Amino acid sequence: MIKNSAAEMSAALSSGATTSVALTQAHLDRISEVDGKVHAFLYVDTQGALEQAKKIDDARARGEKLGPLAGVPLALKDVLVQKDVPTTCGSKILEGWRPPYDSTVVTNLKSAGVVILGKTNMDEFAMGSSTENSAYGPTHNPWDLTRIPGGSGGGSSAALAAFEAPLAIGTDTGGSIRQPAAVTGTVGVKPTYGGVSRYGLVAFSSSLDQAGPCARTVLDTALLHEVIAGHDPKDSTSINAPVPQVVAAAKSGDVKGMKIGVVKELNGDGYQAGVRQRFEESLELLAKAGAEIVEVSAPNFEYALAAYYLIAPSECSSNLARFDAMRYGLRVGDTDGASAESVMNMTREVGFGREVKRRILLGTYALSSGYYDAYYGSAQKVRTLITQDFNKAFEKCDVMVSPTCPTTAFKIGEKADDPLAMYLNDIATIPVNMAGIGGMSLPSGVAPEDGLPVGFQIMSPVMQDQRMYSVGAALEAALLSKWGAPLLSKAPVLGGVA
Amino acid sequence: MSALTYEDVISKYEPVLGLEVHVELNTNSKMFCGCSTIFGAEPNTQTCPVCLAMPGALPVVNEKAIESTILIGLALNCSIAPFSRFARKNYFYPDMPKNFQISQYDEPICVNGYVDVEIETDEGPQSFRIEIERVHMEEDTGKSLHVGGSTGRIHGADYSLLDYNRAGIPLVEIVTKIVPGTGKYAPEVAKAYVAELRDILRALGVSDVKMEQGSLRCDANVSLRLIGSEVLGTRSETKNVNSLRSVERAIRGEMIRHAERLNKGEKVVQETRHFQEDTGLTRSGRSKEQAEDYRYFPEPDLVPVVPDAQWIEKLRAGLPERPSLRRKRLQEQWSVPDKEMAAMINADVLNIVEETVLLGADPTKARSWWLGEISRLANEKDVAITALAITAKDVAEIVSLVAQGELTDKLARQVVEGVIAGEGTPAQVISARGIKVVNDDSALMAAIESACAAQPETAQKVRDGHLPAAGALIGIVMKETKGQADAARVRELLLGHLGQSGN
Repeated sequence: MIKNSAAEMSAALSSGATTSVALTQAHLDRISEVDGKVHAFLYVDTQGALEQAKKIDDARARGEKLGPLAGVPLALKDVLVQKDVPTTCGSKILEGWRPPYDSTVVTNLKSAGVVILGKTNMDEFAMGSSTENSAYGPTHNPWDLTRIPGGSGGGSSAALAAFEAPLAIGTDTGGSIRQPAAVTGTVGVKPTYGGVSRYGLVAFSSSLDQAGPCARTVLDTALLHEVIAGHDPKDSTSINAPVPQVVAAAKSGDVKGMKIGVVKELNGDGYQAGVRQRFEESLELLAKAGAEIVEVSAPNFEYALAAYYLIAPSECSSNLARFDAMRYGLRVGDTDGASAESVMNMTREVGFGREVKRRILLGTYALSSGYYDAYYGSAQKVRTLITQDFNKAFEKCDVMVSPTCPTTAFKIGEKADDPLAMYLNDIATIPVNMAGIGGMSLPSGVAPEDGLPVGFQIMSPVMQDQRMYSVGAALEAALLSKWGAPLLSKAPVLGGVA
Repeated sequence: MSALTYEDVISKYEPVLGLEVHVELNTNSKMFCGCSTIFGAEPNTQTCPVCLAMPGALPVVNEKAIESTILIGLALNCSIAPFSRFARKNYFYPDMPKNFQISQYDEPICVNGYVDVEIETDEGPQSFRIEIERVHMEEDTGKSLHVGGSTGRIHGADYSLLDYNRAGIPLVEIVTKIVPGTGKYAPEVAKAYVAELRDILRALGVSDVKMEQGSLRCDANVSLRLIGSEVLGTRSETKNVNSLRSVERAIRGEMIRHAERLNKGEKVVQETRHFQEDTGLTRSGRSKEQAEDYRYFPEPDLVPVVPDAQWIEKLRAGLPERPSLRRKRLQEQWSVPDKEMAAMINADVLNIVEETVLLGADPTKARSWWLGEISRLANEKDVAITALAITAKDVAEIVSLVAQGELTDKLARQVVEGVIAGEGTPAQVISARGIKVVNDDSALMAAIESACAAQPETAQKVRDGHLPAAGALIGIVMKETKGQADAARVRELLLGHLGQSGN
């Protein structure tokens, strides 16, 4: 049952073949069984999940009309607040904090009847590409427990790949949904910026952060997308327009006549051979399905990474200033006679990890008077250029595509001491955030040289998210008929647990 | 002690001013969340995830605050920016929940305005133009209460308490350009400017403008330069100036302090200073040379403010009459002496007097009721006049009843007191208390006869033509009739009775 898709689980619930309580319990059992090895979860809300499941079962028994995902379990990235459930953002500085309110994403999930199993591990404050920066220890990739599950949302992607949950929520600032999806053989979508409310998403970089759906199939991802998306008056940057029809697009999977633009700059040198091979094969399958493949150029993408590492740290240096021990979270050094300033200093010294401190320092420096124009100001100009690159390219194509990441999952610890190498992992995903457009990663197979999953990225213009779902669904169908079974069924047995 | 007098200072130096006024708007909710803004609530009861800066919470701009700021800008003759943005001002302080303040930096909402203020000079009334550089929006901080220690400041305190009720209250900052050319009148001009701003803001209805409660706060920048010099001197910025009088005193004090340093060949330090109400002097705050770098950048959680041009024109069309012009107009229309006009303004009764006059009351009578008896009762109860139960309509009615002879002044005072005591409208009070002028001449004659019988010697004096003696007899009659008689009529009848009619 737990290996089914969310859509299949939903059908089983509707037909009465199972109950939400049974489904939820099965996932809780799976978590007890495997999470000691995977460490996808930071907190499992057994009681809350079962109560919600019971509520949905009761509502269904009363004949109430329920949404398509009612009663289906989900794993929530620990950067979104859920009332009374611990939220740490993978940081010591928030250890023990129980938020007094629900994020809008959680409100939407609850009103759709989705069962939240618990909170998933992540790089501290979503800063990282491997989940190794979590203050609570790394998450392991279910494909190979010695490898990273991607990051920052490695807990969510690993939970999906290990069948601990059929659905998950991630957040994507520079690739934190798509890169974990790519390296775990799952699907992840970063919606258009402003498509999903950021209210209750603990901010890393406000102008780049976007919550999005993660699942094992394109359709499941679309179903979850429609549950969490929509205008929210509590988020001023939320777009006041109808949600793109992503479920319909995922169901039709029609790419006939669509123009698919291959980004010249996001391929070639620096991309692993197997990654390139899978990418080329996917393009052929899409062409066979009726799409037209064209090449597009985005000359300014090469500056995206550098600009990103000015904008994101700048915003984070300000966003993370609120963690000062005054109102919530960790408090260190509060002894007799200690000044507020020294308590703030000591708390931040102890409470933040190395990567977070590195980025706060970078951002503080970049915003300093005398450096602002050269750093933050220039980075914003680059951002405009990248957006223009996308706009020009989208005149020639309906969606753009690239490999999601240059490589498959690397070993835990392999890049821990080399932040630049780590940052390069996001080279293909960052431009999407810089322009605020939509991006999806879905599995395109495994790299022959290491047997690890490879991701295929689809990018669609602002509020045209349905396009990436059409292309994703078409590719998924073509690959499935080629493989004969979902990619995850080819994953090695998880540490002896089937 | 200082040997330098103010005259010494102005004979040698020219002061240059710069004034920053912070105004708390009186919106019902805070700048970026829905919390109440009522003053004086229990600490931390008017807070929510947004104004406490809970992780994940986001600001949403209060539309009413934008409207109020645009109104202020228009009233100060500013241009309204078609596109303006919020920015983050980053610094750490325990009473600032986010450890950044949402403010406006290089793209404020209103720019380039002016206010003309008039002061009394040796050469008569003179007008000074104060140019406004910008008007921008921001949010207030919380309040720290430092307990223990001798200074009430954070240094040396045993512990501190934080109240976040004020955190996020909408603030508008009004910044002048430098103000040269005021010479020896600099302190008065500054005071008149703040007073004018206060009046304008009050007329706009956008703020309570209570300096003592901090809803209007002034920071005064002062520098001196040698008379004739074009080069600006080093300025100090004095904060904590909490009354109009303090504005004047603080600037005068700073001018003397600067001159003393300059005369000794010392440099003025560019710094923040705190005004001390008791001494009238300022004390050094933090030095601006170690000024914090606020690392301003555009607030990514908010979208730019792009006000609709038609909306701005609608607001402009609805602006109230400029208070100083209105005062002049009313003073002329009502023929009020300067001193009385000033008294009305100080007592803040101009609006209600005007309202009473518009309901048909004689301006002099209306003024004397509000400024006299009603002000006295308000003082007695220690409440604002407007908080009393009496309205302009009540007073207009009372004035009319007195004019018609239905009430005497003395009876009218009883009616006023009754209305204020909550006994209802003037008519209700009159009927409930049985107040009526005794107009029945025969009843009055009986009382007059009995008064004359009781004091035959006094009556005789009146008969003999010593009219002032009549007062004592009138007093007895009034007492007898419980004050309900018309004293003028009593006098007339008494004099007739004692053979003095016609005098």
